[in-house]
Amino acid sequence: MTLQTPVFGGARRERPGFVWAAPAAIFFTIFGIVPIVVVLYLSFTKWNGLGAPEWTGITNWRALADDGDALHSIRITGQLTILCWLIQTPLSLLLGVWAAGPQRNRAVLSTLFFLPLLLSTAAIALTWLSLLDPNFGLAASLGSYVGVPDGNFLGSDDRALYAVAAVISWQFVPFHTLLYQAAARQIPVSMYEVAEMDGARTMRQFISITLPQLRNTIIASSVLVVVGSLTYFESILLLTNGGPGTATRVLPLHMYVKGFVGFDMGYASVLAVLLVAVGTTLSVLIVRSTGYHRMNSDREGMSG
Amino acid sequence: MTLYTAARHRAAETRPHVTTTVRVRPPKGNAGRRNRPVNVAAGIAASFWLVIVAVPLYYIALTSLRTSDSYLTDGALVPPGNLTLDNYRQVLDLGFDTFIVNSTIVTVITMVLVLAMALPAAYAIVFGGTRAVRATFNTFLLGLAIPAQAVIIPIYLLITRLHLYDSLTAIILPTAAFSLPMAIVVLTSTLRDIPRDLFDAMTVDGAGTVELFRRLVLPLSRPGLVSVGIFSGLNAWNGFIFPLVLTQSEARRVIPLGLWNFQSRFGTDVPGLLAAVVLSTVPVLALYLFGRRQLLRSLSAGYRR
Repeated sequence: MTLQTPVFGGARRERPGFVWAAPAAIFFTIFGIVPIVVVLYLSFTKWNGLGAPEWTGITNWRALADDGDALHSIRITGQLTILCWLIQTPLSLLLGVWAAGPQRNRAVLSTLFFLPLLLSTAAIALTWLSLLDPNFGLAASLGSYVGVPDGNFLGSDDRALYAVAAVISWQFVPFHTLLYQAAARQIPVSMYEVAEMDGARTMRQFISITLPQLRNTIIASSVLVVVGSLTYFESILLLTNGGPGTATRVLPLHMYVKGFVGFDMGYASVLAVLLVAVGTTLSVLIVRSTGYHRMNSDREGMSG
Repeated sequence: MTLYTAARHRAAETRPHVTTTVRVRPPKGNAGRRNRPVNVAAGIAASFWLVIVAVPLYYIALTSLRTSDSYLTDGALVPPGNLTLDNYRQVLDLGFDTFIVNSTIVTVITMVLVLAMALPAAYAIVFGGTRAVRATFNTFLLGLAIPAQAVIIPIYLLITRLHLYDSLTAIILPTAAFSLPMAIVVLTSTLRDIPRDLFDAMTVDGAGTVELFRRLVLPLSRPGLVSVGIFSGLNAWNGFIFPLVLTQSEARRVIPLGLWNFQSRFGTDVPGLLAAVVLSTVPVLALYLFGRRQLLRSLSAGYRR
């Protein structure tokens, strides 16, 4: 990088070059890009985490076909994704619309609404673990009102996944609410005024103005839920450790267990590659199928 | 949180002119807002959410002030006769102060690293525009989609080979790296708002790249820097997977791991655990009370237009 002076006082433009971006680029390449290549390489090796990885060809990939737990964990991951979407999307959409609205107590309540954003995944998971404790927690006293007299949510094969989805949603609904709130605020009031003059009721306005105007945000938020749910692993590790049995063992948790508990890093790398592949494919698919990438503005309809 | 994909698609779109002209915000005060309909369903959702959020928070605060006996005998939400601060004292005695120090070190250094690397990069991306720089930007957009979980094994390999295992550096390096893509997306959009004419005028006056960075970019990028600082700081403070896999000893433990360890060692001491939860949130909560808008804006900065 040299400090050049303009030649003969002319407007010789000096622009910042690659040097300025180099530290960030190199740093991210080392910790973000290279690992993707390395994990692919490791999936063809046998490595226990200590010595040197040993090339074993496609042995690990063959083992995938015989790993019933892996297929099971993929199914569980899918179920969890759907559950999370079903809980988070309608709730955060309505909350976002509400938080963008005119209510007088909105500011005070919003302060409370976003508080889960501040807590760490660990804090949230452990708090809910104690809340859902069938002996001392809230679950013990309130369980019977929701048809679970013994208050056992996390320890039940049938209910554990729902409980996990609920806790994860508690953590992430505020974030999605923020997205919807910001988007809802940008819907021009004039659209509602016109609808009002045409005699459209509130519900009608919501369906024909608010929802279409939030279309892009709904897609963006959904992509985040779907891709995010592939990585919810910390909450599950702390809440159920994948149990009872393997009832909540999602793919990333299965990878963690294989790699850092069973020290079969080679096979765990196969699962990691799968995770990258599924995540990327899913988000590309969602984005393509909805045509999101072709759109430029939420308010295209405005000018026409 | 590593849920970045959508931001990649949003950021890939061209930003400024179209949206700014149609971004009609209602004027402040009631006059402009009156015409926005009150949505009943949304109101119901809001009341529901209020209970769902308030009850656990009340539970955390209350239980952290209970005696262990009161926790075991009284109901979860019934206020006990006498409140106590003993849980907090006990948690600090058990080494939580070390975890707070570790988390603070990790958070501060991560923030500094991220800001120091991301701002010059965004500067080059916005005002440079050579092919190498554009390629860098695209790499970072791609990076938004990489989940940390998927590359944790090679990162573990890398950290052990660098002989950094079980050090705070081992946490800082990957945490900073995974905050970079979002940081660069946010700062790039901040810098795009700097009027081009201003830049050109200064270059004509003979300002070099360093001078432009110091006199133009640095002062005008403050809002973006604050956002990125908060975002990456919160990520570092609350991060779990890198400390989990890359550290081991108690001396290197950070708060989220400390919480987990406390829970697995003193499973029944829920009041102690929740006192630790409160302690872990105090700095963030203070930030929230003083600058709620700024903090919330920071958290969603990369995802909004």
